[in-house]
Amino acid sequence: MDIVTPGIGLMFWTTLVFLFLMFILAKYAWKPILNAVKDREASINDALESAEKAKAEMAAMSADNEALLREAKAERDALMKEARDIREKMIADSKGVAKEEADKIISAARETIENEKAAAIADMKNTVSEFAIDIAEKIMRSELSSDSKQKELANQLVEDIKLN
Amino acid sequence: MEIKRVFSTVLTTFFITAASSFAFASPEVHEEENNHSHEVSTTEEKEEFNPNEMIMHHVMDAHEWHLWDVTGDDGEVHPTSIPLPIILWDNGLHVFSSSKFEHGTAVVESNGNYYKIHHEKIYKTDAEGTLTMDAEHHPTNEKPLDFSITKNVFSMFLSAALLLFLFLSVAASYKKNPKAPKGLAGFLEPLVVFVRDDIAIPNIGEKKYRKFMGFLLTVFFFIWINNLLGLIPVFPGGANLTGNIAVTVVLSLFTMFIVNLSGNRNYWGHIFDPMGNSMPWAGKGVLYVILLPIEVAGIFIKIAALIIRLFANITAGHIIVLSLISIIFVKESIGWSAISVPMTLFISMLELLVAALQAYIFTMLSAVFIGQATAEHH
Repeated sequence: MDIVTPGIGLMFWTTLVFLFLMFILAKYAWKPILNAVKDREASINDALESAEKAKAEMAAMSADNEALLREAKAERDALMKEARDIREKMIADSKGVAKEEADKIISAARETIENEKAAAIADMKNTVSEFAIDIAEKIMRSELSSDSKQKELANQLVEDIKLN
Repeated sequence: MEIKRVFSTVLTTFFITAASSFAFASPEVHEEENNHSHEVSTTEEKEEFNPNEMIMHHVMDAHEWHLWDVTGDDGEVHPTSIPLPIILWDNGLHVFSSSKFEHGTAVVESNGNYYKIHHEKIYKTDAEGTLTMDAEHHPTNEKPLDFSITKNVFSMFLSAALLLFLFLSVAASYKKNPKAPKGLAGFLEPLVVFVRDDIAIPNIGEKKYRKFMGFLLTVFFFIWINNLLGLIPVFPGGANLTGNIAVTVVLSLFTMFIVNLSGNRNYWGHIFDPMGNSMPWAGKGVLYVILLPIEVAGIFIKIAALIIRLFANITAGHIIVLSLISIIFVKESIGWSAISVPMTLFISMLELLVAALQAYIFTMLSAVFIGQATAEHH
């Protein structure tokens, strides 16, 4: 059977061609291809890993940010509150000072008024008493222009003393 | 796991072989007239169409690349073919063109020796080209060593050039584009990765597979490309290279050398001391008279299976396709092409699958054998 009898020539050429192919391809094709595939696989794995890492970092960062934000908000609130307090206190304080000052002014005014009033009254009293003495003098002069009348008055004064 | 894989692989191969083997029962030789030159041939020139001969001629190697036949003005049918170089070793090198044989009709003189070609075999003859035949009509003349660039060798050169072109350009493309592969690399890289991840690593192991990749990848793509080229019906395809036993013998011998040269202590221990420590030497001595020859024969049987599997599958495919086409010429009616052509198309599609499958199986089994030879413990 020719079909199952290997021919020496074809065996020879197959060996030659196959060895040639194997060495050339192994050196210039399989090696660079397999290395490229391996390198790429490594770089894909690296990329995936670093992406994962970046994601975790981002998550951590956003958590940080949130905390920071919360802190900032709290601080802002505290500052606002303080400012409000200070303002209120300032208002209250100035109100108190103003009242005090006003009171002082009022009391000083009142005192002055009182003094002026007293002085005026005293003045008035003096004037009135002067008027009264003048009047009395004038009356007395007129009344005591006669001796009878002086007598009558002296009697009357004596009577009054008696009655007491 | 490994055994299961080998088993399923062998089973698949068996079914495909079985499915295609009916083609080996070559179609009966109908004593009907030839249709090679149906329209032009006149009644007295009709020659018998012998499908058996035609198929064997296409399946076997040839010293010229037959393209078509033409009927000359004299009514003679002349084959048109591409001449190929004849290289003979007969106490010296003889190189001449195969066209000198004039399709087997002429005697060629080279450096004082005379040669004649008979059924694609070159014999040394006298100046008249006398061939002495034995009882079975086989010439008894001396045969020089034939290293001719035959149809198969030529086709192999083409496939080698194709392989080099494909993979060297792919390898070069990685230098320019280290990112995701594009174009040719995008198509071929998954196949390379397939051989690595699904053939080499599972069978040989992560640690040792790398140094066998050169062989496994080359054998995979060599077989596959040549299987595919064989399916192309016209030049430069159609040579039945991977269906030639010389080729499968050489490829399998490569596997055998690689397996046995890389075999470690466990492998040889398994062959020459299969029972290991489970039995005293007194008992083993008797058993080994039977076991050792079987184990040693196993080295060669595994390789013989590789040789025959690839050869038979690819040759069978060619035979089926040619048989189906022959129906038209045997029946001498174009009407039969309505059946013959769709069936040929179907088988050709199947052969496309078989082309890849046989490359895979050959590579896979080579990897399995290498894996067994290099395994650390079993």
